[in-house]
Amino acid sequence: MAETSDTILTVENMSVEFPTLSGVTTAVSDVSFTVGREKIGIIGESGSGKSTTGRAIMRLQPPQAIVKATRMQFEDIDLLTASEEAMRSIRGRRIAMILQDPKYSLNPVMTVGEQISETVILHERTTPQEARNRTLAMLERVNIRDPERVFDLYPHEVSGGMGQRIMISMMLIASPSLIIADEPTSALDVTVRQQVLSILDELVVERNIGLIFISHDLNLVRSFCDRVIIMYAGRIVETIAAADLDSAKHPYTRGLLNALPSLDYPRDRLEVLRRDPAWMET
Amino acid sequence: MSMIKAHHLAVSYGHGDNAIKVVRDVSFEVAKGETFGLVGESGCGKSTILGALAGRNRQWNGSIEIDGEAIGQKRTRAQLAKQQLVFQDPFGSIHPRHTIGRTLLEPLEIHGKDRRQERIEKVLTDVGLPLNFRYRYPHQLSGGQRQRVAIARALILEPTILLLDEPTSALDVSIQAEILNLLKDLREREKLTYILVSHDLAVVAHLCDRVAIMQNGEFVEIASRQQLLENTVQHSYTRVLMDGSRGYVAGAHDHLRRRPRTSLPA
Repeated sequence: MAETSDTILTVENMSVEFPTLSGVTTAVSDVSFTVGREKIGIIGESGSGKSTTGRAIMRLQPPQAIVKATRMQFEDIDLLTASEEAMRSIRGRRIAMILQDPKYSLNPVMTVGEQISETVILHERTTPQEARNRTLAMLERVNIRDPERVFDLYPHEVSGGMGQRIMISMMLIASPSLIIADEPTSALDVTVRQQVLSILDELVVERNIGLIFISHDLNLVRSFCDRVIIMYAGRIVETIAAADLDSAKHPYTRGLLNALPSLDYPRDRLEVLRRDPAWMET
Repeated sequence: MSMIKAHHLAVSYGHGDNAIKVVRDVSFEVAKGETFGLVGESGCGKSTILGALAGRNRQWNGSIEIDGEAIGQKRTRAQLAKQQLVFQDPFGSIHPRHTIGRTLLEPLEIHGKDRRQERIEKVLTDVGLPLNFRYRYPHQLSGGQRQRVAIARALILEPTILLLDEPTSALDVSIQAEILNLLKDLREREKLTYILVSHDLAVVAHLCDRVAIMQNGEFVEIASRQQLLENTVQHSYTRVLMDGSRGYVAGAHDHLRRRPRTSLPA
């Protein structure tokens, strides 16, 4: 391989198009980035293509969507040519995805424990007993105090914060090397959010894996991630180290930062973003 | 002079043994032209207070005075028109199969107002929408435009108080800035009094003069805007919420950790 072993994912010139009755809509156009053993944030407004990017990496886009790229390399696997069967062994095992709202992303008619064990049983063909033990250990790892009790609960019996910790344990139990978290904390209250994030942070650092953190919350991404990709209308307008976000150059990034009310830099009127059609062409 | 006065307000849902007290005992006053914030986590009772003030929720105890007039559980139309609600989600709060014009007409019909077309045109101009938007349906509008419609619907009865329930949390940052600016302009131009419910202290500090921080149906602290900006709030829970609006604070939950972190990201 050309790149160092620290690069987990390389995406070059990826586009996602949706054919519609009134022509082709381009949701993501010509996006290139790499993910190493780091926390990388993708930020953008609704409709900027950030979630579509995350899904296209896992090949979870809707069937009518067309994904084109010159290169999509995940560790030793070429995601462009991998068979559907190969993808099934990757999803959940080597790339895992955490979604926004645990209320909708957990199976409501299976107990929490069963759902987590299922991942281990499917991907590693362990005995149910071993899967149970690993699940209990994993639940404990995400700071759930009474794993034995929680194992037998149904998703509607747990709180939002606990639900999201359950999602995290389900996604991490098979030891993936890349996690895609799509707005994992937007449905949570601020105090619970800190808890969930610190668990995610710890696990990513401890296991030395990559995290793609998709969010619309600038402050959150700035303080949580190492690098930030800023997307606008399906394009990457800027990639910048999170610590340097304040000195971002692109007018769109600057506009977003100035539109944000802040406790530390209060201002009388917030700046309103003026969209420049030229941003669509870069 | 205070516009809103709530004294030992308690609100509950359900009856008899099943009754749940959501708001326990809160007292506050909001001066004319002031913006008062309510902040807290989901389920703490902040929207319930708005519901009781607006007349949506009649199961309350204590006393409420609006514009010097004591309010009972039952109110007259004129009393109800005095304060209007703006909801969080502009996608859910506007009738999807009514045109904007019809949506704005409905409060006028209910309250038997005259000069209806004129009022609709005025209120659309006030919130910065073109007049021909009255012929459009909600799905033809963007999220920010829809929230402007929701504000227009609240303003059309010429209320003195706007009760804002998370008016920008469903919107993108850039659109949020537009709506917050609009709310600021309207407050000055129409001499309105606001109560703003939010979970984001940065938004509240931007718009409000004073903020009540709620937990479990009670106020833990009433802080001024100055206190928030200077970081001199008293209660630890307020600090937790302030950290939350700044983003992720590494190690904020050290007491939850079992193992120390071995390495830090480079």
